[in-house]
Amino acid sequence: MNLRAIRAIYVFEMARFFRTLLQSFVSPVISTSLYFVVFGAAIGSRIDEVEGVAYGAFIVPGLVMLSVITQSITNAAFGIYFPKFIGTIYELLSAPVSFFEVVLGYVGAAATKALFIGVVILVTASLFVDFSIAHPLAMVAFLVLTCLSFALFGFIIGIWAQNFEQLQLIPLLIVTPLVFLGGSFYSISMLPPVWQTITLFNPVVYLISGFRWSFFGQADVAIGLSLMAIALFTAICLTLIWAIFRTGYRIRS
Amino acid sequence: MPPIVEIDNLSKTYDDGFQALKGVTLAIEEGEILALLGPNGAGKTTLISALCGIVTPTGGSARVGGHDIAADYRAARSMIGLVPQEITLEPFEKVISTVRFSRGLFGKPRNDALIERILRQLSLWDKRRSPIKELSGGMKRRVLIAKALCHEPRVLFLDEPTAGVDVELRRDMWRVVEGLKESGVTIILTTHYIEEAEAIADRVAVILRGDILLVEKKETLMRQMGRKCLRIELAKPIGAVPAALADFGLELSADGCELSYTYDRQAERTGITRLLRALSDEGLALSDLQTAQSSLEEIFVDLVSDEAAA
Repeated sequence: MNLRAIRAIYVFEMARFFRTLLQSFVSPVISTSLYFVVFGAAIGSRIDEVEGVAYGAFIVPGLVMLSVITQSITNAAFGIYFPKFIGTIYELLSAPVSFFEVVLGYVGAAATKALFIGVVILVTASLFVDFSIAHPLAMVAFLVLTCLSFALFGFIIGIWAQNFEQLQLIPLLIVTPLVFLGGSFYSISMLPPVWQTITLFNPVVYLISGFRWSFFGQADVAIGLSLMAIALFTAICLTLIWAIFRTGYRIRS
Repeated sequence: MPPIVEIDNLSKTYDDGFQALKGVTLAIEEGEILALLGPNGAGKTTLISALCGIVTPTGGSARVGGHDIAADYRAARSMIGLVPQEITLEPFEKVISTVRFSRGLFGKPRNDALIERILRQLSLWDKRRSPIKELSGGMKRRVLIAKALCHEPRVLFLDEPTAGVDVELRRDMWRVVEGLKESGVTIILTTHYIEEAEAIADRVAVILRGDILLVEKKETLMRQMGRKCLRIELAKPIGAVPAALADFGLELSADGCELSYTYDRQAERTGITRLLRALSDEGLALSDLQTAQSSLEEIFVDLVSDEAAA
């Protein structure tokens, strides 16, 4: 395995992140603060508790997931799309690296950035509300797995996209609504029965539910089911990436 | 010694049915500079891209340093450096970072001394901390060369490396290429500038519509296919070529002071002695004689136009 190549890609991508550190850091802090002002203070003050948890604390896992999923996808998609766009992809294609190594470099960097943002949001949230983490190891595991799996998904979008519009299409039109409707700001038990059933078809529900379980020890769906969902999603992404690199889809003519 | 690059019946047909390479077979010897000439769309870049792994061939095979470019791609690619035709660089990266990145991609450990030497050789050392977007076009092209050289390739593909650069930089690059050749690097150069091939190539391959038309040593090619021209300056102008000299196919200049005689230097008899005698018999006094050989460009144009007409 060409470990130096993986490191080179990883360091190169992280350097891009650190070049815009202020923007990378300030943006999630501001948006998280706004969410807490709107949902925590303004609306949350009228909601007593959700499943025994103060509403302000209840939305913390959902907010972290919202940012982490979006950041994982965006970073990974942009990471591989940009070399395609400006033509530097030739260097990856002509280097003695396997596609697996390329994926490790880009997805690893994108997941690291998202993880960093997730931690920033958790710290920001702790300034607004009191919350504790019931299962810290499970929380870290869920966070890392989510970062990795959605970075894989973002990588696929970056390969598929042929322009900047397409790059934004899936995150904006599909992923963000799925995350908002996946129980970020509410428990699905609060929905009418029909919508509860429909919501179960939203894969993000399982991630947010599992992640919330790691905080408060209670979940909308069984924790095993959440783990299976994330494993299945990761497996699907890996299969798609394997197929993309095997066929050279939109990378190699 | 086996060729360092062996291309065997390599073909490429794109999804839209366009056949860019039609069974190219070519052997490139270690340490030589091969100029790959051809008009736009001839298949030069596709051939290089296929060897480097950017384009997947649809038929045939190729080996670099004895390693198959598909089955043993890691070993094959680690021997190759590529300078692409387009200037493709991340605009916000610093020069030294992008060069280090390239070396890392090829699995080589960090070597600051080597990178410094390459950047100094390419007059980029002073700009090493500059973002690429602040460099001139010529400097960006040098960065591409630095990136291709930083992993110490044994085979270097230069795809139109001097396109759009000024004469001074072009000559600088020729010096770099000659230096690389001296260090044993094999160089395959595609170019539109025939003078470039003429100045630095050892052998010339001409590609047209995905086929290699010929591969020949530059000097042999110029000797075999080059026409020579004898220019005869007359002491006094004449109004027309004398009838007795009609057989020689002479061309008279507009001012009547110069006669041009084109001949094949490979021919058994060039006709020069007979012509000079005939000029003397006609009483024409000569003030000077000059000979000029066809340039590679003229040979290339002749070849391509002959093939296109066929």
